[in-house]
Amino acid sequence: MVEKPRIKLPPEAKKGEVIEIKTLIAHDMETGLRKDKDGKPIPRKIINKFTCDFNGKPVFSADLEPGIAANPYLAFTVRVEESGTFRFAWFDDDGTVTTADGAIKVT
Amino acid sequence: MTTRRDIILGAGSAALVLTAGAAGATPQEAAAAIQAFIGGKPAAKGNISIDLPEIAENGNTVPLAITVDSPMTADDHVTEVLVVAEANPLPRLAIFHLGPMAGRAEVATRIRLAATENVTVVAKTSKGAVIMAQKPVKVTIGGCGG
Repeated sequence: MVEKPRIKLPPEAKKGEVIEIKTLIAHDMETGLRKDKDGKPIPRKIINKFTCDFNGKPVFSADLEPGIAANPYLAFTVRVEESGTFRFAWFDDDGTVTTADGAIKVT
Repeated sequence: MTTRRDIILGAGSAALVLTAGAAGATPQEAAAAIQAFIGGKPAAKGNISIDLPEIAENGNTVPLAITVDSPMTADDHVTEVLVVAEANPLPRLAIFHLGPMAGRAEVATRIRLAATENVTVVAKTSKGAVIMAQKPVKVTIGGCGG
C-alpha cells in the first residue's frame, strides 16, 4: 500500500500572488548502488519524475536521480491568476504513477 | 528473524558499498553532466543563491534550496535548473523545469551527498543565458549511493 503523498498548498490566494507549494511522497529512493547483506545488488527503484499541472497546464516538473534523498521533498512557487486545481504526479521506476489533486480559490 | 549480528553486518556492508561507490565518481563526470545540460554554451557566474548547510552531519538527507535571480516574466524567465554533486557516484541529482507561471525561480528539495564536496547549480534562461554557482558542503557521514 502506497502512502498518500503530502501536499501543503494554501486554500486561498489573491490574483497574481506567488504561492509556495510543498510536496512529499513516502519512497525509499533505492539508488541501485547498494548491496544487500548477501552481496547482491539491490535494484534501483526511485521516483524519477515529478510533475505539477494547474488547470491542465504544466507549471513545474523535475527529473530526479538517485541523488535525491528518500521520501522526496519538493517545494516550488506558482503565480496564481485564477481558481483551479493542481494535479501532482510522481513517476516510479516500476511504472507506477501516483497522483494527487489540490484546489485553490483565487480572489 | 533479524538478529543483532545481521544488523551489524548489514551496516558494515552498506559502509563498504558507499566507499566503493564514492570512488567511482570523478570531477570529469560531473563536468560532463554539466556539459550535457548546457550543450557547450558558455556559463557565466550568475546570481544564484544556494542554501545548503555548511556542515551536513548526515549525507543521506541534506536540505537544499535554490533561488535564481530572475524576473520570471513571459520573455525572461528561468527554464531549467540542474543540480550536480561532483563527488557523488552519480553526480547529476536533478533537473527542474520551470516557467513564467512559477512567479519566482525558487526550488527546494533534499539531496544525498557521498562526501565533502561542491554542489553546483546551473540555470538556463529563456533568453539563452546560462548561469552557474557553486557551494561547498562538509559531510560528516556520507549518504549511501548517489
